[in-house]
Amino acid sequence: MAAAFANARYSRRRRGNLIATALSIGAALFGLTWLALILIVLVVKGVGGLSPSVFTEMTPPPGGAGGLLNPIVGSLILTVLAVLFGTPLGILAGTYMAEYGRYSKLTMVVRFINDILLSAPSIVVGLFVYEIMVARMGHFSAWAGAVSLAILVIPVVVRTTEDMLLLVPNTLREASAALGVPQWLVIRDVAYRAARAGITTGVLLAVARITGETAPLLFTALNNQFFSWNLNAPMASLPVVIFQFALSPYADWQQLAWTGALLITATVLGLSILARMLASKRVLT
Amino acid sequence: MALQSVPIQVRVGNDEQRARILRRFRIGDRTFNILTQASAIAVLVILAGVMISLVIGSLPAWRAFGFDFFTSQSWNPVTEKFGALPAIYGTIVTSFIAMLIGVPVSLGIAIFLTEICPEHLRRTIGIAIELLAGIPSIIYGIWGLFVFAPFFQAHLQPFLIDAFANVPVFNQLFAGPPYGIGLLTAGLILAIMVLPFITSITREVFETVPPVLKEAAYGIGCTRWEVMRRVVIPYTRVGIVGGVMLGLGRALGETMAVTFVIGNAHRIMPSIMAPGTTISASIANEFTEATGDLYTSSLVALGLILFFITFVVLAIARLMLMRIAQKAGV
Amino acid sequence: MRFMSYAAAVGLAAAFTISTAHAADISGAGATFPYPIYAKWADAYKKDTGNGLNYQSIGSGGGIKQIEASTVTFGATDKPLEQKELDANGLIQFPMIIGGIVPVVNIEGIKPGELVIDGPTLAKIFMGEITKWDDAAIKKLNEKVELPSVAIAVVHRSDGSGTTFNFTNYLAKVSPDWKSKVGSDAAVEWPTGIGAKGNEGVANNVSQTKGSIGYVEYAYAKQNKLTFADMMNQDGKRVPPEMKSFQAAAANADWKSVPGYGVILTEQPGAASWPITAASFILMHTIPQDAAASVLALKFFDWAYKNGAKMAEELDYIPMPANVVELSRGEWAKIKDSAGKPVFAMN
Repeated sequence: MAAAFANARYSRRRRGNLIATALSIGAALFGLTWLALILIVLVVKGVGGLSPSVFTEMTPPPGGAGGLLNPIVGSLILTVLAVLFGTPLGILAGTYMAEYGRYSKLTMVVRFINDILLSAPSIVVGLFVYEIMVARMGHFSAWAGAVSLAILVIPVVVRTTEDMLLLVPNTLREASAALGVPQWLVIRDVAYRAARAGITTGVLLAVARITGETAPLLFTALNNQFFSWNLNAPMASLPVVIFQFALSPYADWQQLAWTGALLITATVLGLSILARMLASKRVLT
Repeated sequence: MALQSVPIQVRVGNDEQRARILRRFRIGDRTFNILTQASAIAVLVILAGVMISLVIGSLPAWRAFGFDFFTSQSWNPVTEKFGALPAIYGTIVTSFIAMLIGVPVSLGIAIFLTEICPEHLRRTIGIAIELLAGIPSIIYGIWGLFVFAPFFQAHLQPFLIDAFANVPVFNQLFAGPPYGIGLLTAGLILAIMVLPFITSITREVFETVPPVLKEAAYGIGCTRWEVMRRVVIPYTRVGIVGGVMLGLGRALGETMAVTFVIGNAHRIMPSIMAPGTTISASIANEFTEATGDLYTSSLVALGLILFFITFVVLAIARLMLMRIAQKAGV
Repeated sequence: MRFMSYAAAVGLAAAFTISTAHAADISGAGATFPYPIYAKWADAYKKDTGNGLNYQSIGSGGGIKQIEASTVTFGATDKPLEQKELDANGLIQFPMIIGGIVPVVNIEGIKPGELVIDGPTLAKIFMGEITKWDDAAIKKLNEKVELPSVAIAVVHRSDGSGTTFNFTNYLAKVSPDWKSKVGSDAAVEWPTGIGAKGNEGVANNVSQTKGSIGYVEYAYAKQNKLTFADMMNQDGKRVPPEMKSFQAAAANADWKSVPGYGVILTEQPGAASWPITAASFILMHTIPQDAAASVLALKFFDWAYKNGAKMAEELDYIPMPANVVELSRGEWAKIKDSAGKPVFAMN
């Protein structure tokens, strides 16, 4: 039997397979190496600046000591507002696409457009909100920043809501409809309840998406050196502060930039893992 | 999942009460229907709004420059002469470099994950690769500027300059003082950023291949690579292209990572190690300080061009992915 | 129940907008040139009075744009506006601080102050005509210095910058070639080099890139321990960048001669004068949208004029002389509220 496999063509094929396998493994290692490099550098450089003052003190002038209180709070405020604005709209739109208009032409078009918005460059969204809000209002504001982030939240929530609602078995809907329940109550009390974990996952993914988004905030919420609750004025946010501090030559600013970067990455990765856990729990129940 | 009791009380017998309740149902349905439909339409309105506001905002630029905007290399805020060519060139070159490196590597990773990787590691490594997608763009930017660029300047760039110094065409491509940042650096960082997107879509489409096809190929003695090359990839060709286009769409629109390492020079140079600019980096850097309506409008015009390019690329990507989803019977 | 909590959240958000009762913040934006000293003053002012200064260091171009759009209370620029533009936008302009722009380099083995450059050579470097550090022209000026054969990486500004305005103004004065090919303004078409954002970005890039040369305000070179170069001035003397040489150049200024006080201090005569000295200006509206905010800003500038001199000198900036301060205060009287009354009472 060994003789049948001893010819040159077979060994050539075997070699080709070996090379391809090696290259594939190499590619995977390549990808993993970059991930490791980035995360390791982030942790090593960021941890050095971690201390309680990062969470309690405002951003300092160059050469002073300080923290990241105002950008952290600012980012939290902007994220909460963006989710408040974007989630209801996204869930309602996804509901239409999965329930009332499941087979309609409108749904096909909205799904197509939504997927494009999902990957659209966020800087263009920033330009759009600048034109309709900042230029009209005459000043930068946290409201404008929140709106631009909301526009980024909506496609994610629409997509996940529609997907999750489509996964709810129709037999559930049919059973409650057979009892005389109107469609809106079927949606509210049966479909939503069944897809609850999935929709929450969608919201978490949307939050993960907008944490760390810098470009749209550059010309909507701008930045603020001081701690501020005022939503009608520029508001600091972690990504914009990192942008400013990293490009500066001051060592303490650069350190804060790395620490802020570590915080953002930890948040995003934490949310992604949380979302994944929620999704898998739903499958198991 | 047990059917939960619906909190409606329907009492049989009283016509008036029944009519009242049914009316409530009807109104509720109509309202909710309109509400959700309006929300769905709102998604379209947002896209239309973005397009319209970009067109309106860029009108002064189009009126002033016309078609020359696409071909002019000058970017002079003093004489107010703006041209999009360096930005478009930079966007295309960096994305091209990103695709050149990213696509083969992504395919390799997808092949690894679907065929070669042992079952128990598959999930972990898959998640690890997807983590790359979760890292925000600005993190790639500062990592690129502070870690990658100095290393690149000190070790890789001199090596590349020397290696190609005597090769006729390539010495122009790889010429110039080693800045560390520039088009090549931006392209490499973009390659790492698009890896997870292309990989995850390629993995998904690989899994739509009916096992019977692969088993048949293995059955006649094909090696693993031959199965991939002759069966899986041809079958999923459209999906792979769709995934690649999706990655391309992201690379074209990427802002923060590129802004840090592109070098911000509105110039077209033959060397890919030279600094350049992309559309998104130009807007990010210059928008808040563009004085004069023509300057601002030119930047908005750049935004419109970028939006148009990414829209077309993403639309093609979605169409291709829809086709393969249909093929798989989803 | 869910709708209740949602409504409560929206209500809370609305409450935040209304509650603007907090220690007032003065909003300003513009030049990165004076940012180190403005930041230092703001820190001390906040300790003194509790009012903060929210200054966005985005470049003179940005400062001009923001104040013309009234999105900030004051704009800061090192490129002075002409009277025409001031009148068209209803602005007043007054000088706040003077500083020096220095060439900074990153060459292995060269220490601060070791290298000396003159105007024409600097122009040729930034035009891309001189590409290596051991070029004959540089060697001629630096016979005792060991210059490596390394490529020159030029670093310039990518944003609209008053620092660029003054730097290119100087280059145009010393090099007719530069004047005709590139010109002088807050943003020009640079023949070569990397663009960085703000004085901060240039300082960052020069410290990171070997063989690079850039131009920054002196405080940035000092604070970040960059290697600065001495220069040859109009009188043919070699001068180091320091308060004395900036002051020598500033002594020539005739503030009343230019409407809007837009005096340019490059290539000033004097044996000890630093050739690239510049003043930085503040722009404010004569009829502001928010008169109260303007009063707060003017109070800050008044405080800085009175108490900021020592802090300025620590960073090698030159505070404005007393006669100029009087001229500025005269400009402040032009800021009126809706009733036509000057908002700032001189006390």
